[in-house]
Amino acid sequence: MNLHAVKAIYRFEMARMWRTAVQSLVAPVLSTSLYFVIFGGAIGSRIPEIEGVSYGAFIVPGLIMLSIMTESISNSSFAIYFPRFTGTVFEVLSAPVSWVEVLLGYVGAAATKSVIIGTIIFVTANFFVTIDVAHPFLAITFLILTSVSFCLFGFILGVWADGWEKLTIVPILVIMPLSFLGGIFYSIGMLPPLWQNVSLLNPLVYLISGFRWSFYQTADVSIVLSLGMTGGFLLACVLTVRWIFKTGYRLRT
Amino acid sequence: MARVQPILSVQNLSKTYAGGFEALKDVSLDIEPGEIFALLGPNGAGKTTLISIVCGLVNASGGTALVDGYDISRDYRETRYRIGLVPQELPVEAFESVYKTVSFSRGLFGKPANPEHIEKVLRSLSLWDKKDEKIIALSGGMKRRLLIAKALSHEPTLLFLDEPTAGVDVELRKDMWGVVKSLREEGCTIILTTHYLEEAEQLADRVGVINHGELILVEDKNRLMREMGKKQLFLHLQQTLDAVPASLAGYELELIKDGTELVYTYDTQGERTGITSLLADLNAAGIHFNDLRTLQSSLEEIFVDLVHKEDPS
Repeated sequence: MNLHAVKAIYRFEMARMWRTAVQSLVAPVLSTSLYFVIFGGAIGSRIPEIEGVSYGAFIVPGLIMLSIMTESISNSSFAIYFPRFTGTVFEVLSAPVSWVEVLLGYVGAAATKSVIIGTIIFVTANFFVTIDVAHPFLAITFLILTSVSFCLFGFILGVWADGWEKLTIVPILVIMPLSFLGGIFYSIGMLPPLWQNVSLLNPLVYLISGFRWSFYQTADVSIVLSLGMTGGFLLACVLTVRWIFKTGYRLRT
Repeated sequence: MARVQPILSVQNLSKTYAGGFEALKDVSLDIEPGEIFALLGPNGAGKTTLISIVCGLVNASGGTALVDGYDISRDYRETRYRIGLVPQELPVEAFESVYKTVSFSRGLFGKPANPEHIEKVLRSLSLWDKKDEKIIALSGGMKRRLLIAKALSHEPTLLFLDEPTAGVDVELRKDMWGVVKSLREEGCTIILTTHYLEEAEQLADRVGVINHGELILVEDKNRLMREMGKKQLFLHLQQTLDAVPASLAGYELELIKDGTELVYTYDTQGERTGITSLLADLNAAGIHFNDLRTLQSSLEEIFVDLVHKEDPS
């Protein structure tokens, strides 16, 4: 394995994050803090507990997930799209690296950023509400699995996109609505039966529900199903990236 | 004596793009270690496609390519460790520093950090004093040199220079030629494409001409210029002529510059050049000249002749 290459790509991408620290770290933390202030503090104080958890605390796992998903997609899609746009991707494509090494470098760095952001948001949330994490190991597992999966998804998006619009359209028009309808601000059980069933078609329900269970042991779907769906999404993304490199789709002519 | 294994061996390589355009047609070529090989051809002839296939940027439609005996697909790691590529365009990370981007390239190609080597490369390309500058602040010529530095960062044995001096001023171009020559002295094999035929004439040991995806000629540069090059004798006449006298018809002379110059084209490889008899016959015909000069055709003229023969339209 070309570990020097993995290290080079990883360090290069992490350096980019520190160069753009305000955009990479401060912006997502600030926007999530505003959610806590508005929904957790101002509105949340007038909403009764949901399944025994105060509303402010209830929305914390969902908001962390929302940030992780959007930041993961944004970071990794940009990481591969920008070199394609500028032409510098030729260097990676002509280097003695396998697709696994490319992924370890790019997706590893993007996932690290997402985990850092998720951790900062978690710490920030503690300033607004009291949070108990019932299963810390499982919470970390969900955090990492979701970060890696959505970084892989973002990588695929960055390869597929042939313009800046496509790069932003998926996070804004697909991920954001699915997240909001995936139970960030409410429990699926609060919906009428028909909409509960419709919600179960939303894959993000399983991620948010599983992550919330690791905090409060309360979930809309079983934790095993949540883990299975997250693992399945991860596997699908890995197989897609493998196919991209095998065929050279949008990378090699 | 055992034949030296080519550093690059391309056999029946072909490439047809998705739209049906045949960029390469059955190209076969061997490059010997340590040589400078100039690949010449008009725009769209297939030069960059050939390089891109060997470097792993484009998938071949057929044929094989071996680098130092390793197959570019099956043993891609082995081949790519050996290759450095300087692309035609100037793709650089604008906000990265010179030193960091060259160090990044070394790591990407599987080599551990070696500050001494990076310093040596940057100094050889006159970039050491710019090492901490952001790439966006560099001039076009410096960016070109930076790309060479990146390509040399992992100590390749086969270097592809795709139009290395495009858009570079004359002085810098000559500096670059110096760099290329010193690289060869260090044992690096260099394959360059160029539109500046003078560049190929100055640098190359061998020349390949590609047109419409076909390799139409591969030849030692000096032999090519000797065998295909024309030599011409220009005689500046004392008195203007209206036409070449019939007694000199056998020399196929050309009368130019309103009858003030006679041009005689001859073969330097021939048993006789015919110059002595021409001068005697001119004297006999009462034609005198007050100056003479000779001109050897350049590689550029040979190249144009070759390509036009292929494509008379």
